[in-house]
Amino acid sequence: MVNVSDSKSYKVVGTDPIRHDGYDKVTGRAIYGADVKLPGLIWGSVLRSPHAHAVIKSIDTSSAEKMDGVFAVMTAKDFPSKDNKFGDIGEGTENLKWAQDNILASDKIQYKGQAVAAVAARDRNTADEAASKIKVVYEVLESVTNVEDATKKDAPILFKDLNGNHLGKKVKNTNVAEITRNGIGDPDKAFKEAENIVERTFTLQMVHQGYIEPHNATAHWDEEGRIRIWTSTQGAFDVRGAVTEILEMDVSRVKVTPLEIGGGFGGKIPIYLEPIASILSKKSGFRPVKLVMERTNIFQASGPAPGGTISVKMGTDKNGKIIAGESVIKLEAGGYPGAAIGAAVQCVFAPYDIPNARIDGYDVVVNKPRSFAYRAPGSPQAAFAAETVADELAKIHGMDPIEFRLLNAAKEGTRRADGVIFPKVGNIEVLEAAKASDHWKAPLGTPPKGRVRGRGLASGYWFNIGMKSTVNLQVNSDGTVALIEGSTDIGGTRTSISMQAAEILGIGVENFRPVVGDTETAGYADVTGGSRTTYATGYAAVKAAENLITVLKDRCAILWSIDEKDVDFNDGTFFATKDPELKISFKELAKKIEDTGGPAASSGSVDLESGGGAFGTHIVDVDVDLETGKTDVARYTAIQDAGTAIYPAYVKGQIAGGAVQGIGWALNEEYYMSDDGSMANTSYLDYRIPTSLDLPTIETIIVEVPNPGHPFGVRGVGEVPICPPIAAIGNALHDAVGKRFYDAPMKPGRILNVLGKIEK
Amino acid sequence: MATNEKIHIKTTINGNPEEFLADPHVSLLDALREIVGLTGSKEGCLDGNCGACTVSVNGRIVDSCLVLAAEVDGQNVDTVEGMASADGLHPLQQAFLEEAALQCGICTPGFLVSAKGLLDNEPDPSEERIRHWLAGNLCRCTGYNNIIKAVQKAAKNL
Amino acid sequence: MQPFAYTAPTTVKEAVEILTKHGNKARPLAGGTDLLVQIRGGRFNLDAVVDIKKIPELNNLSNDSNSLNIGAAVPCHRIYEDPKISEDYPGLIDAAELIGGIQIQSRAGFGGNLCNSTPSGDSICPLIVLSTVANIEGSKGKRSIPVEDFCTGPGSNTLDDGELLVSLSIPNQGSKFNSAYERFIPRNEMDIAVAGVASSILIGSNGKIESARIALASVGPTPIFAKKASESLIGKEPGEAAFNEAGAIAKTECSPIEDMRGTVDQRKHLVDVLTVRTLNKSLERIGG
Repeated sequence: MVNVSDSKSYKVVGTDPIRHDGYDKVTGRAIYGADVKLPGLIWGSVLRSPHAHAVIKSIDTSSAEKMDGVFAVMTAKDFPSKDNKFGDIGEGTENLKWAQDNILASDKIQYKGQAVAAVAARDRNTADEAASKIKVVYEVLESVTNVEDATKKDAPILFKDLNGNHLGKKVKNTNVAEITRNGIGDPDKAFKEAENIVERTFTLQMVHQGYIEPHNATAHWDEEGRIRIWTSTQGAFDVRGAVTEILEMDVSRVKVTPLEIGGGFGGKIPIYLEPIASILSKKSGFRPVKLVMERTNIFQASGPAPGGTISVKMGTDKNGKIIAGESVIKLEAGGYPGAAIGAAVQCVFAPYDIPNARIDGYDVVVNKPRSFAYRAPGSPQAAFAAETVADELAKIHGMDPIEFRLLNAAKEGTRRADGVIFPKVGNIEVLEAAKASDHWKAPLGTPPKGRVRGRGLASGYWFNIGMKSTVNLQVNSDGTVALIEGSTDIGGTRTSISMQAAEILGIGVENFRPVVGDTETAGYADVTGGSRTTYATGYAAVKAAENLITVLKDRCAILWSIDEKDVDFNDGTFFATKDPELKISFKELAKKIEDTGGPAASSGSVDLESGGGAFGTHIVDVDVDLETGKTDVARYTAIQDAGTAIYPAYVKGQIAGGAVQGIGWALNEEYYMSDDGSMANTSYLDYRIPTSLDLPTIETIIVEVPNPGHPFGVRGVGEVPICPPIAAIGNALHDAVGKRFYDAPMKPGRILNVLGKIEK
Repeated sequence: MATNEKIHIKTTINGNPEEFLADPHVSLLDALREIVGLTGSKEGCLDGNCGACTVSVNGRIVDSCLVLAAEVDGQNVDTVEGMASADGLHPLQQAFLEEAALQCGICTPGFLVSAKGLLDNEPDPSEERIRHWLAGNLCRCTGYNNIIKAVQKAAKNL
Repeated sequence: MQPFAYTAPTTVKEAVEILTKHGNKARPLAGGTDLLVQIRGGRFNLDAVVDIKKIPELNNLSNDSNSLNIGAAVPCHRIYEDPKISEDYPGLIDAAELIGGIQIQSRAGFGGNLCNSTPSGDSICPLIVLSTVANIEGSKGKRSIPVEDFCTGPGSNTLDDGELLVSLSIPNQGSKFNSAYERFIPRNEMDIAVAGVASSILIGSNGKIESARIALASVGPTPIFAKKASESLIGKEPGEAAFNEAGAIAKTECSPIEDMRGTVDQRKHLVDVLTVRTLNKSLERIGG
């Protein structure tokens, strides 16, 4: 049942109650993964490769095993899958080997810091020391750490047996795992007819999600052969699935308890420590084992976002209408294939109605950690390229950047360049809101002494996902409702989900007791990611609430000795349709629930094919010191379509947080690679994320173009905000200094170089 | 003389006397989390760059990952767990909730202790001063907007 | 961290004894903001850590018309929270407020920063241009050396095994003297300097520059006392022409490398820019 109204006045939706987990989190009581304590707990430590590319010749764990205080040592040999040969055995097995090798390498090292062996010991220091005693003999190979070098003729090849799929052709001896092509119309012909063409090539560096909480896992393999895992994760059921796949056991043998999670942004979807902790637990005589990843290893051995090379070519007619688009997107998969080219391809031209386009995606392996999702994977990179080219074209036509985008705006019915037709979307509404914003209308103002100021704007898009969620509700006799769901709560979703059920039931959200359950108590839920949680798990909560109303109507019928079909419900009150005197509030009914057949409960599940895509447009003013290249953000406004903002303060929080990540990506953040293939800046000292002193208040404007696919019109909000900032800042820099930037990060040294003040 | 033996540490934590034994190389952060049992202070980087481990020693905020437990013998330590009282939440904690100043919450204890360190000495700081004071605490979720607002709100209510 | 023994002596003599006994397997602990990171990172494998914060001389902070004396364990916050020192030595405050963030400044101090001996140490160049003297005590007795002679290479210095930095002495050069330090970092706090310059000027009774000192951070294996650039200012009229020339000369006195914090060209360029800026600032602070 989908019930959408564009201008509805809600009682709970759209308010900002105190979040249910708030008290625990501000008092330090909340238990995050690393806070778990168990009797007999011992610590694990992982030995990692010092080389970026190598063959493992031998591993000698004997010295570690002999050490006092060591309980267990493991290598990849302890995984059940004996398949250590890489062969053309079919996609599933190939992928499993890669997944397993990424957790603990069996025969080959694909990036510096890749795990090779692990130890469990009585304390962390002993475990670290024991791990360092494990002797690994490597045959060091030449490494390659960017897509350009990886695609050269004489590049070192990471996978001897990789069958590259290049536009359907099987190619051997390559680092390009896949080349895809999407398109519509006839771009070659259209470019010939174009009045103006801008074609540019952009480079971006690998960046990290930078979540403050390290990866962690505690596992207990017990005498019965069951495994309990406690971890900070974006998906407890995904952890269960991955662990049981690697350990070759039925899903019911593993129970995953998700603790509170200190940030993920996509990076805590893949698993790194859980299978290691599990096997160490078994080998140490069924002792619980905890592992916490060090910050250095988080940088060099988890799942950062890919850098790469992206070219964009756009052609316009004399009126400024884009008639052709072409893009080649090459992204770093890292040590194993699977870069986010699919998503990048979907997003690169998404804000525009382009009738002729061709987009190629290259999935390139390089000796870097296996890249993974960082909010809207692939879209920020693509937006940097396309939005800079769009800015150049707007200027050629003498058009205001918003007018240019409005002229070419994708909307409902537009066919995206990769073929999908847009349902109702808020691209135009967001652009209009940007145009009407205080920031856009404000004069540039005077920068501080010694600086020049410029303003830039850019858009971005993310499709958002749907997938599966379940919510279970139980009515307590005091009128409160227990809500059990399986979506780990990264930023207030247990409340935004409860708010939707509260709205349906006509009661205040303070009456809810939401709980994020584990894999044995919660109904199945796919990851907290893809901006799906408030959307899909919220939708499941709506269904559960509607089902609960049906159950409670039956109870009223019993109470009043009438037929169920003569009971109705409105705004928190049940009433008899034939007798207006017979009515009862939710709370009063709850008190009588035992007399009407015992506790009342309900369930709601969804499996949604897609989410509601959303657009964002960001405006930024930057102040540049022409002598040093130092750039400060003077003013920033992020405008985004949230569909319907269930929990506005938290929607704004997602928008501001994502924008700030994008600012860091634009100005400072990068994996600085040394010649030996290692990341040099593996610390928050030199991997520079914005501090509070580096930013102004980020202004956020929520636009609401309700999503027809959700009962309240929700569109996911978490990922869109990271898409526009890089290009917005590049465009602002151009406005300030008169030069274009095609390489991120636009750090001070690069700015000086582009300005011609320094050679390199 | 220098000893490898465990050190007997007598300290005051959140106003309560606490006594424990710790190896010389144990950091204050690890002592709090693993020995005393106060897990509110978090490990984020272990090299003084993120502030998630911030506690107060003798009224000054420090990164507890860079302090040895042995050094707080005879000193006063205040952590996030000591901010609320029998009267309820500290105004900073209340303001953080009201202003949605936390999303994942892992940096929140560090920010609360740091902000308290500021407001205890400067009751009416400017926004610039707040941002400067808090620059040693990293947040990756919020973009700092609401954290700054919450500190300003708490300053008014204190 | 790998295990070590801990001790907190209350006299310099005791500290020197323990440090001498363990040689390079013992290190003094002041703020710990470098040492603990280095022990964790495996740079040092120590038998003992000697906490020097209970030794009175190392906590001394005294300022009079002759000199400013800073004990080796005095943390940055005590320096910038002192109103008289802030007024008399703004160039030192520039450094004290820059090292790390507030949490770091509660613990880290100039003594440790100097003994850590990195070319990027934010306090070292300001100390050099103030003609600071480092007071050292070891088993062979006491000695004092100018700070510009203290560092001998990246991470190494002139201290022998068993020697302890006790204090820093800064002569008061009167009201016609002042200094400034500026470093370039990509963010606004918490970074290590890409390049940094400290300058000081003493204006003579004839209104010309009587003496000047320029020191460069992060552009060589040690902090660099830019002798030629400093001497170029003597006898000159303080102002744009002299300062620009000094900046250009300072650029030639450094030997930066390329690393994750900056390139060679960028650093040389910044030396020029920051020399001019800090000379201007010093002049402004002298006033009049």
